[in-house]
Parts: sequence; C-alpha cells; structure tokens
Amino acid sequence: MAAKEPTSKEASVPVGQWLPAVALAWIVPGGGHFLLKRRGRAALLLTPVVLMFLFGVFMRGSMFSPQFGDLFAIVFGKFFGAVPQNADLLSVLINCGGFVGNLASGFLYLMASMLGYNQPDMAGAVYDYGTKFLVSAGLLNVLAMVDAYEIAIGKKS
Amino acid sequence: MPKMNLSHFEASILFALFASIVMGIVTKKTDSERLRYGLYLFACFVGTLIGLGWLMHFGHG
Repeated sequence: MAAKEPTSKEASVPVGQWLPAVALAWIVPGGGHFLLKRRGRAALLLTPVVLMFLFGVFMRGSMFSPQFGDLFAIVFGKFFGAVPQNADLLSVLINCGGFVGNLASGFLYLMASMLGYNQPDMAGAVYDYGTKFLVSAGLLNVLAMVDAYEIAIGKKS
Repeated sequence: MPKMNLSHFEASILFALFASIVMGIVTKKTDSERLRYGLYLFACFVGTLIGLGWLMHFGHG
C-alpha cells in the first residue's frame, strides 16, 4: 500500500507545472533549468550539449532519418504469411532510434536541418564519431529534460 | 565549414568529458557531489578507454 502513494502523488502534479520547463528543455538544452531559476546548472548543461553537437557537425556526422520500409514489410509479410528475406528489424530500430536521438537536440537539430545540413553516411572513423556525437548530444539533452521534469514536480531541488 | 580530424583518443576523451559533465549534474543533489561524481565518471571513462586500448593492442598481437 505504501508503495502506491508516490505514484498517486506524482499523478496529481498538474501538466502546466512541468510541461513548459520540459518543452523549453527540449528546444534549448538547459532551458528548462533556466526557466526554473537554476541558471548555473542551465549553463553547465547547455555548454556540453551544444559543443557535442557542434563537434559532431564539424566531424561531418550524418543525421538519421526514420525508415519504416522494412517494418511494413515485416508486419504485412507476417499478416499475409510471407516475411521477405531481406526484412531487417534492426535497421528500422537503428534509424528510428537515431532519428529520435537527433530530434532530442531541439533547436540544434532544427537549425541544422533548416540550414541544409545533409551529410551522407560515409565510411571512416571520424564520420562515424561525428554521427555518434550528434545522437549523443540529443540523448544528453534527454537526461537534462528528465532532470528539469523532476525539479518542476518538486522531486528534486 | 571547417572539418575536424580527431584521433580515436581525442574523440573519446571529448565524449567522456561532455557525458561526465551532464551525468554529474543531473544525477547528484549537491554541487560537491556533482563535482566528485563528474570527476569519478570521467576517470572511469578514461580508465576504460586506456584499458580497452591496451586490450586491443595485445589482442591484435
């Protein structure tokens, strides 16, 4: 019984209390902390995320785009009883997961896309590190968003 | 736009640095805890990096 109490307490937190901070944290890394008056932490979160994204761009990393072709082939193939030989669920997961990671960078990803950054996926260690840096910048921003959420609902100071 | 050519070591150190800063900040509650945990994470990243580097060196013969 005691274990259920925190769940009901968290559920009672109104959306308006945390949504602006989380949304701003997505658009601008560290923005949620800035809105919640944690300015030092906001600057400390903004700097590594932006630098990591910029290093990824300078290393000519490629952005992921969601590709569902194989997923549809797998699903419909199962439905009709014929899964294609080249159906690759792992590629779908990598491309969709990578796209979510890129998208989590917020304005950095949006600006890069709008300014026409479209690096093809090329062989080479530096390009590969660049791609990983671009995704990791987004994933680090997800951690910052979760932190902003916890501060907004009062779970953390 | 400039193009960077970092070595494996430089790129990994940069990754370790940025990841340690963010994870140190979001994980702990006080500033001193954050600093200590960030440094600990960075040391773990670098230690693993050097260890795996030597392992690959000897693995390749």
